[in-house]
Amino acid sequence: MLERLRGSPLWPMLWKELVQMRRDRFTLGMLIGIPAIQLLLFGFAIRMEVRHLPAVVLDESRSAESRALTQAMQNTGNFDIVGHVADREELRRAIERGDARAALVIPPDFETDLKRRRPARAQVIIDAADPLASQAAISAAALASAARNAALSAGASRQAGRLDVRVRPWYNPALESAIYIVPGVIGLILTLTLSSITSMSIVREREGGTLEQLIVTPITRVGLMLGKILPFALVGYVQVTVILLLGRFVFDVPLRGSLMLLYVVTAPFIMASLALGLFISTAVRTQVQGLQLSFLVILPSVLLSGFMFPREAMPVAAQWVGGAIPLTYYLRILRGILLKGTAFDAIWRDVLSLCVFAVILIALSATRFRKSLD
Amino acid sequence: MTTPASTAIHGMAGNGDVAVRTTQLRKTFGSIVAVEGLDLEIHRGEVFGLLGPNGSGKTTTIRMLCGLLEPTGGNATVVGVDVARDPEGVRQRIGYMSQRYGLYDDLTVAENMRFYASMYGLRGVRRQTRVEALLDDLGLRPRRSQLAGTLSGGWKQRLALACATSHQPDMLFLDEPTAGVDPASRRLFWQWIYRLARGGTTVLVTTHYMDEAERCERLGFLTRGHLVALGTVEEISRAFGQPSIEDVFIELQRRDEGHVATSGWEIDGQPAEQP
Repeated sequence: MLERLRGSPLWPMLWKELVQMRRDRFTLGMLIGIPAIQLLLFGFAIRMEVRHLPAVVLDESRSAESRALTQAMQNTGNFDIVGHVADREELRRAIERGDARAALVIPPDFETDLKRRRPARAQVIIDAADPLASQAAISAAALASAARNAALSAGASRQAGRLDVRVRPWYNPALESAIYIVPGVIGLILTLTLSSITSMSIVREREGGTLEQLIVTPITRVGLMLGKILPFALVGYVQVTVILLLGRFVFDVPLRGSLMLLYVVTAPFIMASLALGLFISTAVRTQVQGLQLSFLVILPSVLLSGFMFPREAMPVAAQWVGGAIPLTYYLRILRGILLKGTAFDAIWRDVLSLCVFAVILIALSATRFRKSLD
Repeated sequence: MTTPASTAIHGMAGNGDVAVRTTQLRKTFGSIVAVEGLDLEIHRGEVFGLLGPNGSGKTTTIRMLCGLLEPTGGNATVVGVDVARDPEGVRQRIGYMSQRYGLYDDLTVAENMRFYASMYGLRGVRRQTRVEALLDDLGLRPRRSQLAGTLSGGWKQRLALACATSHQPDMLFLDEPTAGVDPASRRLFWQWIYRLARGGTTVLVTTHYMDEAERCERLGFLTRGHLVALGTVEEISRAFGQPSIEDVFIELQRRDEGHVATSGWEIDGQPAEQP
């Protein structure tokens, strides 16, 4: 048995792929550079959105207190006060046109309430069509009101009136409660780059004339598939590491769970992504076709995996399609471990799903592969 | 499991001197018939040439014998093993050199050789000895560290032969091995082929160079997927009443084109349209 393992053609396949990878410095550089660049682009674009959200003010109080609250909002850095509006109707139009993504509404009796030591109410209206932006707005509004409260209670007695800033997220009242996008980007970039590498690999052997040479050797179909996949699993781990480091130090993505666990459960996701690309490569004849078919996978990965929109809000049919995408499961795992500090017992179902994906896709590729030569 | 094995053993015992045997071998791609009713016997240690114009089914035949394509009908045994039933059993014992050589351009000469030797299960000292011997035999040693992609046609051909024979196969398939190679390299190449054959290796080679055809011990002519002539150079020339094998080739091609025209007319089948 051991002797058979030693003599298995899988090892020379792995060796060959690694030598080729090492020779092709450009591609290797791209494989590691592209995720870094993509994450920075995605990440900073997101950041720009979160900071400097254009906001209008409907100040019906026109008092020192209302101006102080407006200033406190401005100071959070999340809002840029772009103008004042006269009434609710004008406010609505400003948000509908997109001139403003948020509005601060201060009612006429704001200062009076404060002076009479009654809770003073103000409202922040948010265009929550973009859940990430609105998330930032909500926390900024809370921050501003807390800051004003602290300033007020410092100058007055304990019974000083409390500031009560209520947030009204418009258009998307069922707001998700954590910053989900950066972990999402990690998963998306991984699946895109890994499946595109392998979708090229078999086609490249076919176009180079080496595929038929490989087939006449005694390597098994599964051995061939694994030989094509495993070296890139290494690349996948390098990518994960680069993205995680960038996420941690550039975007302050928290790591609340176990890093070890994250690395272990990433393996089935990497394998599933690679196997998906492999499956594509067995189904097509040219690299162009491979690219076209990849788009068929990329689009649902972006739209239906929960990367951009919460799956809970999707129609059942869309949820089903999303359930057939490896990224869907990995996103839950990533968000769980990074943001919530989830342990294995809460994510094992998703991990199992990814393992099933990997096994099925490799088996399907191996089955399809033989037929495609005919 | 017992049936293919016993068949194989029986085949070996009954036909100890037969390396390849096909009976009514047939391959179709959709409605296109690539090979039809092929009956062929190649003897052990023989250098057999398969001739025919482009698209006559030479490559399809070789690919079926190597287990690269599944026959649509009939059967084929190679080194005593049924290719359709036990393709893996055949693979370890054959070498195959395709028209495109199947080399990795981004691996060096020695790396290509080491890779293919390993794919056939050679490891450690055995592999090293074999690779070194082939480097010397084929004169590849000075080029051992050169990337295969930067080699010229003649060197690529030598390297491809080294890779295809690293596991010392009983049977060697060469699909137009000398296309695009200069005459000196071709002559050298044929010397190696004969050396392999003297060592007991059976060689099946396809070509459309007539001087090469004349180097083969026996020939088979394929046109439009049919085997139309079989025998030694002299036998075939005599049978067709032609002075040389090249004349036979041209005669066959002429008939073949006639056949195309005739059958085309028959398929149209509309003599009423004739003026």
